Amino acid sequence: MRKTVWSMCSMCSVRCPIKVEVEDGKVKWIEGNPHILKGALCAKGSAGIALQRDHERPQQPLIRAGGRGAGKWEPVSWYTALDYVAEKMNKIKEKYGAKAVMLSCRGGPWQDLWKSFIHAFGSPNFTNHDSGCGRNVHHASKSVYGLGRKGFIYDIKNAKHLISFGRNLMASLRIAEVNQIMDMLDAGGSFTYVDVRQTLTGIKATRFFQVRPGTDYALALGMINEVIKQEAYDKEFIEKYTTGFDKMAEFVEQYTAEWAAKECGIKVKKLKDFVSEIGQQRPKVIFHPGWMLSRYRDSFYASRMLHILNVLMGSVEVEGGQQFPKTPADCGVKGLRTFSSMVPKPEDKRADGVGWKYKHFDKGPGLFHLFYDAMLTEEPYPIKGVICYRHDPFNCFPDVTAQKEAFDKCDLLVSIDTHYSEFGWYSDVILPESMYLERETPVCTQKGPKPRFAFRDRAVEPRFDTKPSWEIFKMLADRLGIGEYFPWTTAEEMWEFQLEPTGYKIDDLREKGFVALTDTPIMYDRDNLDGKFKTPSGKIEFVSQMLEENGLPSFKPYESPQKPPKGRFRLIFGRSPVHAHGHTINNPLLNELMPENTLWINSRVAARMGVKEGDWVDVIADSQKGTIRAHVTDFIHPEAVYTVHGFGRQVPLQSRAYHAGMSDQKLQEGLLEMMDPAGGGLCLCEKFVTVRRSPRNPRRRVEL
Amino acid sequence: MNKYMIYLNSKRCIGCHGCEVHCKTNKDLPVGPFLCEISHEPLKAVKGVPKTEYHFRSCYHCEDPYCVPVCPTGAMKKREDGIVYIDTDSCIGCMACAGACPWHIPQFNPNTGKAVKCDYCMDRVDVGLKPACVTKCTTRALKFVTIQEI
Ligand code: SF4
Ligand code: SF4
Ligand code: SF4
Ligand code: SF4
Repeated sequence: MRKTVWSMCSMCSVRCPIKVEVEDGKVKWIEGNPHILKGALCAKGSAGIALQRDHERPQQPLIRAGGRGAGKWEPVSWYTALDYVAEKMNKIKEKYGAKAVMLSCRGGPWQDLWKSFIHAFGSPNFTNHDSGCGRNVHHASKSVYGLGRKGFIYDIKNAKHLISFGRNLMASLRIAEVNQIMDMLDAGGSFTYVDVRQTLTGIKATRFFQVRPGTDYALALGMINEVIKQEAYDKEFIEKYTTGFDKMAEFVEQYTAEWAAKECGIKVKKLKDFVSEIGQQRPKVIFHPGWMLSRYRDSFYASRMLHILNVLMGSVEVEGGQQFPKTPADCGVKGLRTFSSMVPKPEDKRADGVGWKYKHFDKGPGLFHLFYDAMLTEEPYPIKGVICYRHDPFNCFPDVTAQKEAFDKCDLLVSIDTHYSEFGWYSDVILPESMYLERETPVCTQKGPKPRFAFRDRAVEPRFDTKPSWEIFKMLADRLGIGEYFPWTTAEEMWEFQLEPTGYKIDDLREKGFVALTDTPIMYDRDNLDGKFKTPSGKIEFVSQMLEENGLPSFKPYESPQKPPKGRFRLIFGRSPVHAHGHTINNPLLNELMPENTLWINSRVAARMGVKEGDWVDVIADSQKGTIRAHVTDFIHPEAVYTVHGFGRQVPLQSRAYHAGMSDQKLQEGLLEMMDPAGGGLCLCEKFVTVRRSPRNPRRRVEL
Repeated sequence: MNKYMIYLNSKRCIGCHGCEVHCKTNKDLPVGPFLCEISHEPLKAVKGVPKTEYHFRSCYHCEDPYCVPVCPTGAMKKREDGIVYIDTDSCIGCMACAGACPWHIPQFNPNTGKAVKCDYCMDRVDVGLKPACVTKCTTRALKFVTIQEI
């Protein structure tokens, strides 16, 4: 029997809506939801079938039998595993208080559930991966608009010019976004790309600035200077909605286009031409403010300037520009009932210091890397239990050795994931989640010009003894005596609980995987945006009250990035379209496409070192070393070497990924503590590595 | 006369290799055989931007295929509409077809012990659908073109 199930992909964090066809309990076909994506899907999306069939994933709960990381596991039943975790959590609670247990996830539309769980347990310490990802962009956006990084959506399709500073849109690959860019280009739009190397994204550009690594901030400053000089900005909009323009103009005066061109290593005419072009095209101009900008010491300020450039373009609530994401309320529909509405807020201060020591950071998920300090010093109080749901700190954060030192102070490490994460392999208990085709997830709200409610339905029964996370958390909550906060026992009841205020039923969503809350896109009146900006002044703030009140400058004087000493390089990392960080490397079909990463190195530099395409090279940090093959190319800046993130995995049960390629985060020694004090992001591109031709290269010993 | 062809709009293609996996999962292929392939030219600067052209290759469905006459069992066939396909029931996996094809297009499927090649997803085409690679192409860069008889 063939049936169609509407679901959402989970091979990467984009969560594309999908249509799944199932025959006799087997997944036969997955395509992008035709109502939204017209069938389009990426390689990872199709390879979900291979993940479902793969047996190299945890098949039942496991409790550690040997030392941490030794790989000895005792397979146990769900009852034993959950009783074990609950007992340990209760012990920690008795001794140190509930706050000594933290929970981390990877963000996303369902985090309300995991957050409610740890709050109900009594701990304020909910966190996620974002200090190794988008925190700088998020906080930069808050400093300018009072709104987070999801406070705007981009109408790229109708834009006249898209500018990306190193956001590798084609490799990060949000299918809907990529199609918008292609449509914009087909309609004759311009696309300016800035990076230290050429990428899949850059080859689609109409203008390319190859800059010296770490000079994005300089280029953005030079652009603002020139925009002001050419009077290429939207005066009316600035007048009406912003504060602090004069202070900003005064600050950028020293950063001329000539200066920026020199600093970045680009042509000044090209920069000036660019500015006159956007001056003509505004307000339909979008500066992508970046996503994963935990990179340089000044990435936060660079992102602030990109947000400010959008403001100068007047690119707010216009067709072809930035737009406010509309909510169910904008459609006259009541929102979903949240899980957190049931749960009292814990009163303790957060152990990462966010909210009291660091008042300018968003309290929601805080900053994971600051918990390591609490584990090591027991200040402000001890952290003794860590639950990571879908989050692999060893893959996400730098300097794995330093992380392990801190985790060793903990009494309980739990990993809840569909695959063996590196953290999971080091943890005490693995609670295997059913992969996405085998589980349901709560209903979520997708804001946008046409907001919708969407959900993931179960396509097939779990192949192994795994469970969906909603059930894992519910069962754990029951054992901890907080089950009453999660008043449902089945997915149907959970959906009903969420949907009750909205008037919709789950069967409405089952028709095509979502319900649209309006037929026509909603736009606010651009002449009347008062109240929409959530800064202290209610205006768009060039001079940020939030920053200044916390002793941080709104504008940071530019400091030129250090040049790597001879023989050393700045280690840059990025994405490939066929992998999503570390968790797809072992997928049979994706591994086939890209089984290992390479080290991009500039051809002139390589020639001097005697390194040829395909040679093995050693990449050496302080105590760590990786060995991979070189990719010799003209299209990377000589100061940088580049690799794809996620490789060099060390879980023996993942036979395809095991020790294949090199892990960049293991080489990032010492970077766990290098936080941008204003943005909260880590500075992951601030590591210099030595590269040499590896002795591992085969030599011919016999000539004749 | 060949009725169909697949066309790639290189301007829209982003080199994501989605089509290759769409094809493999549709035909339930294991690691090993690929029935289509995305490749690109070395990067070349055009007006200051390093650019490339993408190419998509599956089977050419030759007007006069080399693979058909060498097949000892008659498993390799050409349909009226030009589609060259393998009748798996008769294929013995000798791979003579791959040897005869100048591009070595037919591949060995280790799961079945038989040859497999692009058949323009004729089971889908015959019920009015598009081939898997075209249907799910990430950017709608692939087109399945029906050549009109003059
Ligand atoms: S981009 Fe690809 S992997 Fe990510 S959700 Fe969409 S289909 Fe899945
Ligand atoms: S799926 Fe489409 S965009 Fe991706 S490589 Fe294939 S043809 Fe190009
Ligand atoms: S397999 Fe080779 S010879 Fe046969 S039709 Fe295809 S391209 Fe032509
Ligand atoms: S037409 Fe079908 S068989 Fe041929 S390459 Fe595309 S998906 Fe594969």
